[in-house]
Amino acid sequence: MTEFFAKYDTGGFYDEMFDAPGQARSHYQRLLQRFTELKKDEFDRKHELAALTLLRQGVTFTVYSDAQGTERIFPFDLIPRIISAGEWKKIERGLEQRITALNLFLHDIYHGQSILRDGVIPKDYVWQAACFRPEFMHFNVPQNIYIHICGTDLVRDRDGNFLVLEDNARCPSGVSYVIQNRQVMRRVFPNLFAQHRVRPVEDYSQELLNVLRYIAPAGTTNPTVVLLTPGIYNSAYFEHSFLARSMGIEIVEGRDLIARDGKIFMRTTKGLQAVDVIYRRINDDFLDPKVFRKDSGLGVPGLVEAHRKGNVSLANSIGTGVADDKVIYHFVPKMIRYYLDQDAILPNVETYLASNESDRAFILENLEKLVVKAANESGGYGMLVGSHSTEAEREEFRKRIQKEPRNYIAQPIVPLSRSPAFDDDVIRGRHVDLRPYILSGEKIKIIPGALTRVALCEGSLVVNSSQGGGSKDTWVLEKEEE
Amino acid sequence: MLSRVADSLFWMSRYIERAENNARIADVNLQLLLDLENTRDPDTQQQWNPIISSLEENELFASLYQNPDGQAAIDFVCLQQKNPNSVYSCLAAARENARTVREQISSEMWEHINRLFLFVNGETGKKMLRLSPYEFFRRIITGSHLVQGVADATMTHGEGWDFIRIGKSLERADNTSRILDVKYHLLLPSGERVGGNIDTVQWMSVLKSCSALEAYRKIYVGQVAPWKVAEFLITHPEFPRSIRFSVESLDAALHRISGSPETNYANEAERLSGRLRYDLNFASIGDIFEYGLHEYLTLTQKRLAEISSALFETYCASNEAIPA
Repeated sequence: MTEFFAKYDTGGFYDEMFDAPGQARSHYQRLLQRFTELKKDEFDRKHELAALTLLRQGVTFTVYSDAQGTERIFPFDLIPRIISAGEWKKIERGLEQRITALNLFLHDIYHGQSILRDGVIPKDYVWQAACFRPEFMHFNVPQNIYIHICGTDLVRDRDGNFLVLEDNARCPSGVSYVIQNRQVMRRVFPNLFAQHRVRPVEDYSQELLNVLRYIAPAGTTNPTVVLLTPGIYNSAYFEHSFLARSMGIEIVEGRDLIARDGKIFMRTTKGLQAVDVIYRRINDDFLDPKVFRKDSGLGVPGLVEAHRKGNVSLANSIGTGVADDKVIYHFVPKMIRYYLDQDAILPNVETYLASNESDRAFILENLEKLVVKAANESGGYGMLVGSHSTEAEREEFRKRIQKEPRNYIAQPIVPLSRSPAFDDDVIRGRHVDLRPYILSGEKIKIIPGALTRVALCEGSLVVNSSQGGGSKDTWVLEKEEE
Repeated sequence: MLSRVADSLFWMSRYIERAENNARIADVNLQLLLDLENTRDPDTQQQWNPIISSLEENELFASLYQNPDGQAAIDFVCLQQKNPNSVYSCLAAARENARTVREQISSEMWEHINRLFLFVNGETGKKMLRLSPYEFFRRIITGSHLVQGVADATMTHGEGWDFIRIGKSLERADNTSRILDVKYHLLLPSGERVGGNIDTVQWMSVLKSCSALEAYRKIYVGQVAPWKVAEFLITHPEFPRSIRFSVESLDAALHRISGSPETNYANEAERLSGRLRYDLNFASIGDIFEYGLHEYLTLTQKRLAEISSALFETYCASNEAIPA
């Protein structure tokens, strides 16, 4: 496939694979060589095998807006994304620093609120955050950990610097694709792995189980851990099932659980069995109709009471959404300075807050040059990419921003780095991001690998699976290439 | 095990078995039509009626097809999405149940169930049914065997596996009784006598539906006679698709779950299955014919349905005691 890479154009973006046209970065050289040696029909066969493997195993996700054929496989690109050992080391340190600060922040705002009293973050920003849960003030979570599982989205700018785009501190999904993608790659390219020293990602489930057991209510020696799912029609059901299976724990729906005497039980064929830890993949709003949304049929009436009494632990904790609110995001570097007295190792993307008057004026004047995001949405919903928008769409956002300034932020359009991807018989540069997964238990663990999402449409900067993105296997190398 | 999981495993297994049986019935009927075509001009619509009747879906069938011929009947039994018991619907339901218990079944099981569903859901299945229905039926039957075999070979033989076995055995007993009953609805062409040529061909087709013709021939040398076929399919202790064999396996699995001895019962499901099991053990074909074959089969289906409800009540519905 030499000719495919010969015509490859980096297009003026930072390219993950190429230093300069035709010149692969050192940690990509072996891979490039293998791919150029590969015959086109061989590659096509591998491509087909990969897609078929994913479909047969049912590695699919559900698209809400699509009435027909709601189940789709997550498009998978065969050319892996490689991260050198040195780059990874920096990412790891940066993420560890960030999650430490975020957990300290949550503990602080649900207790003494010193960061608000010291004026580092305006008080209103926290109190007005949609996911702040004042009813949990002064509640002590097990081991003081709020965010047990975090997925932080990183992007690279034109110079190749990693920036934090957003944190996902509620129920981040996608980690199952990291593991499945690796399994598919091993099946399709068994020889590639022998030549590279790629760090394994398969022990994620074990590490996650360790975290969940670590937060069990005090006094339980052999805790019963379950995963609470909204059910098979949820877009991430495959992942829920995958994780439960690889941890060897039960996957339960709300209707399988029942509260009795301030404890939570699951209904089994042998009667009720006590549950100690719930890895919940349901948002706060739906957890308990007695406390949050009354119309929720997904949760368990009485769950919050049991949690408050310390009889059942939840991961992630209730109320973590305030930490990944996009307005609060703006203050994370300040949190790091405030709690840890350090500079942020991984900087944020520059962010304008619509609630701030001068920022708002700037946003409204420069809409076509900015990305506007709703503070409380995720998954690429509620978002305007200025350069790809129509006047009507911009007008719509202008109105929304003026109506609810607290709810909007804007960022300059980051020229995301690109990675070669196979598209319609040609290899082209496509924009990518990187979502590593961070576990906080007894220690902080970051699996050496990540989800690389790739915007498969020409020029598109939106990588979310719900918006037509695909993914790549992501390799973190054991050692620096000589 | 979660009650909901037990319920899903049971239904997953039932639907797989039901899909297989529908394919068997359709297959044999089609063969039968081809056999008869040489001797006389068959009224094909009439020949498919018994099958639609045995599925208890006459009205739905009539409402869906303007021209209810053999082609329509095959479509109705195999791919019709509006027929809740078509091969398609059964496999869709099996897969939906399997999806909710993916962490309980082995990956290999899931993969084979998924592949079987993708086959009937895609163009390959449709095309094959049109061009070569025989191959289509074989594919469904083999697919079901593969799922069941893979379940036995890759799943821990614990409680979950027992619920799968119960679903399979219960559905199989029910289906064998329905296949036998098809013959009851199957009218002989005018001028044909009972025990005549056509009658024998029809009884042979009943055996073929259950993959039982070869086994039958080894035991009953000579003529295929109605009461012998019925005796074989109802009371044979070792043939795996006989009603007796299936109920025995169902009863044994129930007792494995509760741990109570097979001579006793620990719950209503076991009481009912034990009673049916011993009735079948001591039934004679003479008594059955005296009672009326059709009536006997209908009663058996009713008793199987009662076991199914009792099973749900015992393990899935209201079991909220907290064990000490």
